[in-house]
Amino acid sequence: MTLTAPPPQDTALKAALRVEDLALSYVVRGIPRPVLRGVTFEIRPGESYGLVGESGCGKSTTAYAAVRYLPRNAVITGGRILVSGDDVTKMNDEQVRQFRMHHVSMVYQDPGAALNPTTKVGPQVAEAFAVLGQPRKEAEASAIKALQRVQIADPERVYQRYPHQLSGGMQQRAVIAMALASDPKLLVLDEPTTGLDATVEASVLDLVRSLQAETNAAVLLIAHNLGVIRTICDRVGVMYAGKIVEEGDAAAVFERPQHPYTLGLLRSLPRHGIRKSQRPLATIPGSLPQIGADLPACVFVDRCPLATEICRTVDPPNVDLGGGRTSRCHHIDRLGELTEPPASAGQDTAHGELTLSLSNVSKTFRQSGHDVPALVKVDLDMFDGETLGLVGESGSGKSTLAKTILGIETPDVGGELELDDHRLNPKSMERPTEDKRSIQMVFQNPESALNRGWTARQILSRSVSKLTGLKGKAVGERVDKLAASLRLSQRHLDLKPRQLSGGLKQRVAIARAFAGDPRIVVADEPTSALDVSVQAAILNLLSDLQSENKTSYLLISHDLGVVRYLADRIAVMYLGRIMEVGESENVFRGPNHPYTEALLSAIPNVDGAATARIRLEGEIPSPANPPSGCVFHTRCHRFIKNLCEVTEPPLIEVEPGHLMKCHIPVDELRRLQAKARQEDVVLTTPPEALEAAAAIAADNPG
Amino acid sequence: MVESTAPSPSPLPTPVPATGSGAMSERARARRELILLLLRRRAFLIGVVVLVIWVVCAVLGERITPYDPFNAFFLPGHQPPSPAHLFGTDRLGRDVLSRVMVGSRDVLIVAPLAALLGVGVGTLLGLVMGYYRGIVDDILSRVVEAFLALPVILVALLTLVVLGSSSVVVVFVVGVLFAPIVARTVRSAVLSERQLDYVTAAKLRGETGLFILSREIFPNVLGPTVVEMTVRFGYAIFTVATLSFLGVGLQPPSPDWGLTVSQEYANMIAGIWWPTLFPALAIASTVIAINLIADSLQSVLNE
Repeated sequence: MTLTAPPPQDTALKAALRVEDLALSYVVRGIPRPVLRGVTFEIRPGESYGLVGESGCGKSTTAYAAVRYLPRNAVITGGRILVSGDDVTKMNDEQVRQFRMHHVSMVYQDPGAALNPTTKVGPQVAEAFAVLGQPRKEAEASAIKALQRVQIADPERVYQRYPHQLSGGMQQRAVIAMALASDPKLLVLDEPTTGLDATVEASVLDLVRSLQAETNAAVLLIAHNLGVIRTICDRVGVMYAGKIVEEGDAAAVFERPQHPYTLGLLRSLPRHGIRKSQRPLATIPGSLPQIGADLPACVFVDRCPLATEICRTVDPPNVDLGGGRTSRCHHIDRLGELTEPPASAGQDTAHGELTLSLSNVSKTFRQSGHDVPALVKVDLDMFDGETLGLVGESGSGKSTLAKTILGIETPDVGGELELDDHRLNPKSMERPTEDKRSIQMVFQNPESALNRGWTARQILSRSVSKLTGLKGKAVGERVDKLAASLRLSQRHLDLKPRQLSGGLKQRVAIARAFAGDPRIVVADEPTSALDVSVQAAILNLLSDLQSENKTSYLLISHDLGVVRYLADRIAVMYLGRIMEVGESENVFRGPNHPYTEALLSAIPNVDGAATARIRLEGEIPSPANPPSGCVFHTRCHRFIKNLCEVTEPPLIEVEPGHLMKCHIPVDELRRLQAKARQEDVVLTTPPEALEAAAAIAADNPG
Repeated sequence: MVESTAPSPSPLPTPVPATGSGAMSERARARRELILLLLRRRAFLIGVVVLVIWVVCAVLGERITPYDPFNAFFLPGHQPPSPAHLFGTDRLGRDVLSRVMVGSRDVLIVAPLAALLGVGVGTLLGLVMGYYRGIVDDILSRVVEAFLALPVILVALLTLVVLGSSSVVVVFVVGVLFAPIVARTVRSAVLSERQLDYVTAAKLRGETGLFILSREIFPNVLGPTVVEMTVRFGYAIFTVATLSFLGVGLQPPSPDWGLTVSQEYANMIAGIWWPTLFPALAIASTVIAINLIADSLQSVLNE
């Protein structure tokens, strides 16, 4: 039952993509397991449509169904998919081939895997044109033009490169160039920026937006990052368990969600700069139903705080809210009853005693005869009970710094690590048990961090007995206590990792790190492998554990929302150097180092576009051959000629506890950054800086 | 502690598919599904049926053979197949069917033992090479490669000639020659396993290399090891039969298939094919059966 009238036939023809009541099952071991349960949406030409939802909700399946690119065991059990009026589900193989050739294109998550590693990039792009019937010479010229179109600065040079010689951002641009070769009516983007760094992601998103305006293609975007969807999409569909539960204008949906699931999803994000001391994040209790599970009338009922009897018996209507917005819920009028968690009484923790201090820590790797400095003279202090957030793009040395603290990597001679007034042995294995239990780690991927052959109880017991020296019954008691503080039940403890959900696995991993009452826990992207609703629960737990145990966290994350929520202080790294460090509040308020400024402006925001936008040009330089002077000068939008490329600025204290490594005086930075925010302009790297970068590249071919 | 008093939407434990008492049944179900998957493969079923037939023959031996496989001279030699002697008789007038049936016994004892020895030594080597890397891996890898370069049959032949042939020596020689191949397979499995973070976590709590290898990594490379075991078993049967054929394996009057073939194949020219063909088919069917099982096992474990 739907309240929306079926649209007249002519709009159905006009839509670039129209999915009607699509139902699809995967046959697993002979049993069909429903994944899509009646998905209906429409994308008009020139419109961009985003599908959001937690992993397993069916958003990728929907996208792949639209281009008829499904695994063998997928069976479409109902509905139609119309692309420009043609039913995709009824095409034969040759029609599908023609359809893919002329009407749709797809951009995948991993551009490295989408390009053929043995063929140069140019010929690969040219092939996309040759397929369409262009002669070789013409196809080559088209390829160069296509590379230019995706804003590759030097298309002739890139043409001659192999994929592995290009950065991820450049690879993705080349893939987009290929996707646009046929001038498709529908462009499907599946997590196109997930593997990319924030600054690169921002420029790829910019590119997608401008190309879309230029080509008038319809875009279907799949992304788990709601900020990315908000940046790109006009309209958005929120999926849950194979149904679209809410649909509408992207800005409107994100600002005033009209379905309990959307509301829960948005509230579980750390937004609007909230911090752990202010209030816990809202969570959505429970987890997504298993694929193929029998579901009650409303798919969300088991996790919905508003659910009543009617939700189990009557399929909720797709209520038309006007303005193209719909919500599949019986209780839209009662959404107001859902309140955010109450504010915590907790204060921002004052600085405790100095726990760990790093002085002059460098780490140089030897790679095929070259010295590659991953850390350069890092000085850093950590205090009791504080969270130090470590941010920076990939290759900036964040993980190496963490590994050095943990004793997995040994720092170069001359670097010192001190824990509570005594020198730490650089090698983990040679540290006394007391030091081992003091510094523990939570890994990014709980899948890999837990031994799949062990039960949760075995994993925890071993860590407890090894780190605390407890024996016999005492071990069991300690494990129970740990489990209780991580809200793991006894029954969870007897399961093996593969029987636990992602969030539960990460809780076991956190419990393991806390087995021996650690002083410092290094958390390397602790929530990036998890869905947002689960992420909220984990962040709340980490925050609770910290205030109970006065543990210090070294938090590595690319998600500035997460960093802002948990971190008391923030250190920004670039090419193995600390560029800025300071109280979290100060760093987010500014003035900032230009690199931090760029990072902050690059993050796609669920709350709309940032005020000032900075687009860094060029590539992150190779650490093996760092730029002269200030290492950031080759990409810096505030580059000062004859200064930045000559001398390296010192790390200066610009206000109490806030240090920065920049030549520009802090007052000048404050003025410039305030001006940029006001004028709402896009700042890019000036040509002089790019020239400097090119000069370095020329010195070191390859 | 930032805990709110009211029933706040604080993180609740998310439900898991299995209930507490269902934990065991979940595991049992996984195992049952694995077996069901195997049983749905025709190749696996054929392999098992053929292998079971030979095992039954080996175990029951003389009790189910139509004639005494060792008792000669009650018939003229080289009788062609007939209703009385389905597979004919050999040069000494012994029933070929009876001898083929009993002939599985020796090879089905020697070959699995050799495979077990090879997989055991190879796994140990592979674990050490894959985990410690560096100089240990470099040295052992070169030794392993040197062994791999040697033709198995030739080395086995020479060793058996020097040490004298007995079942124990055959097991030992074949086992040792198989170990390097197994070592390489296990090594690569360990290499990908040691990259995983649980190994780092174990190091961070100060576990010894021996513990990490035996308790953390080994259980997780058991799958490839089991597959390797089955594959090696097939090869071992073939190798043992070959050695017997060459006269350095099992000795007369054993009705061993390889040995029988070697004693009878010269008569093929005279048109007496049955004492050679049937033992040869027996070898082939066993090896193929085991390979069918190994293939099915591998693809099911990879699914």
